[in-house]
Amino acid sequence: MNFQRIPISALIGLILTGVFVFMAIFAPWITPYGAAEIVGDVWEPASARFWIGTDNLGRDLLSRMIQGARITIFIAAAATMMSFTMGALLGFSAAVIGGWTDQTMSRGVDLLMSIPTLIFALVVLSVLPSTLLTLILVMAVLDSTRVYRLSRAVAVDINVMDYVEAARLRGERIQWIIFREILPNALTPLVAEFGLRFIFMVLFLSSLSFLGLGVQPPDADWGGIVKENKDGIIFGIPAALIPAAAISALAISVNLVADWILNRTSDLKGGRG
Amino acid sequence: MHPIVKLVAQRIALGLLLLLAASVLIFVGTQILPGDVAQSILGQSATPEALANLRRDLGLNDPAYVRYFKWLSGVVQGDLGVALSNGQNIAEAMGKRLGNTMFLATWAAIFSVPLAVTLGLVSVRYRNRWPDKLISGLSLASISLPEFFTGYVLIYFVSVKLRWFPSVSIVNDGMSMLEKLNAIALPVAVLTMVVLAHMMRMTRAAILNVMQSAYIETAELKGLTLFNVIRKHAFPNSIAPIVNVVMLNLAYLVVGVVVVEVIFVYPGMGQYLVDHVSKRDVPVVQATGIVFAAVYIGLNIVADIVSIVANPRLRHPK
Repeated sequence: MNFQRIPISALIGLILTGVFVFMAIFAPWITPYGAAEIVGDVWEPASARFWIGTDNLGRDLLSRMIQGARITIFIAAAATMMSFTMGALLGFSAAVIGGWTDQTMSRGVDLLMSIPTLIFALVVLSVLPSTLLTLILVMAVLDSTRVYRLSRAVAVDINVMDYVEAARLRGERIQWIIFREILPNALTPLVAEFGLRFIFMVLFLSSLSFLGLGVQPPDADWGGIVKENKDGIIFGIPAALIPAAAISALAISVNLVADWILNRTSDLKGGRG
Repeated sequence: MHPIVKLVAQRIALGLLLLLAASVLIFVGTQILPGDVAQSILGQSATPEALANLRRDLGLNDPAYVRYFKWLSGVVQGDLGVALSNGQNIAEAMGKRLGNTMFLATWAAIFSVPLAVTLGLVSVRYRNRWPDKLISGLSLASISLPEFFTGYVLIYFVSVKLRWFPSVSIVNDGMSMLEKLNAIALPVAVLTMVVLAHMMRMTRAAILNVMQSAYIETAELKGLTLFNVIRKHAFPNSIAPIVNVVMLNLAYLVVGVVVVEVIFVYPGMGQYLVDHVSKRDVPVVQATGIVFAAVYIGLNIVADIVSIVANPRLRHPK
């Protein structure tokens, strides 16, 4: 691959995403203090000891941010992967099997999408125990409706191709058709969508945590850190803006990368260098 | 029967059916999930008596479908039940808040819709030149910003540093219209930013789609002025898609309001829902859920009806 040909916006996106992912992976080794450790006064300004100040309880904000990067990216990535596995599998099956199976699943998805995602998540989370697993599952199931629609649409187009017909005629089973014929050909549009869904998950998780229904204390993702520090804003303490800005930066940089991939893959004049 | 009336009636019936199904979904989501609702409300340390009492109060001893129909017949008659946490009548508590939320959403729509459509037109007019690129760059950025980032940045700079507007949006009946508007200035600004980008991009796409069709080229080639091309040919054909875009975004606005209300401590539906979700107050959550779903589905129906009515091919059948 030729690095000269990467546009500047995509390069910025790649670097920033890389920094965040690095923070997430190596969090325990690069945090200056323990994330739950009270090390200073409440809302200390930035200093040589605390690079971006301390939070509402006197914990080091930088350490919490790095730990938060890990939690945010881990949950969002897990939920996205689960949503893709579920959505793509069901979408492909609906397209390949067709008939009543397709109708039932598609109308079910329509129904699920008729209630706003955030509202439905709140409704369900009001009775479910607040654990990490339920959170990831709820996010994944609600988001898989979007993936289902996309993968069904893509698979319907592929399903009428001659090679699928040939596979059917030589008597391959449904699993073969889905995994060996449809999946490899549907991968490109799905990969492009992956980035966008990931951003949506990050924003969704942050909103839930901000509302106090996502990651539970003492752990905190970035949305949770905003919630912890939001009361300082009216006293002129900008601590809550830092995690909020981090969420925006992550979302924008992944968006830039996804945009570039989308352009490259849809570019017929040989984008695949 | 005129085909339009038939189509509209079909669409409304479909919407009502969808709403009914949504009510089932909301009910199922809160009642028949694995685990005991009473247990999850009271926590692991609850005494057996307290659990039994709560189960009786919630009617959990009846089978699920009986509870559903009891609840549904209440909802249809405007009786949303009482809140578990404070015993208040939900319909009464919600009425005022629904009004407040609608007030906020309406003002956000009043600012964002004309702005979005104008900017969409500008970016079509200067397609692929710098205004278009600037606008699409900004909209890409604003789609990535969470509501609370925009919200707290505005509070920090506009209300804490410059002291132009209050940081907390408290409204009550004693306030004049101007005072109310002053109070909701910042949440309206945030909501506008949230929907603006999306609405603008979709408007741009809708108009571009129309402008690239063959009849526009014909109109240009036969020598009509640009103004006449737009007035007679482009505009009537883009009403339906634009109205659709606007309605979808209004529906989004009603949902986006949840986070914004929490940021600005605004006494609306979103705040009400979030408060009671963390208290695990199931009846309130169900009631708010169904109201939000109704508004959302309702706006979607309106969008469909407008695009049916605006379609000349349906209005003047052969």
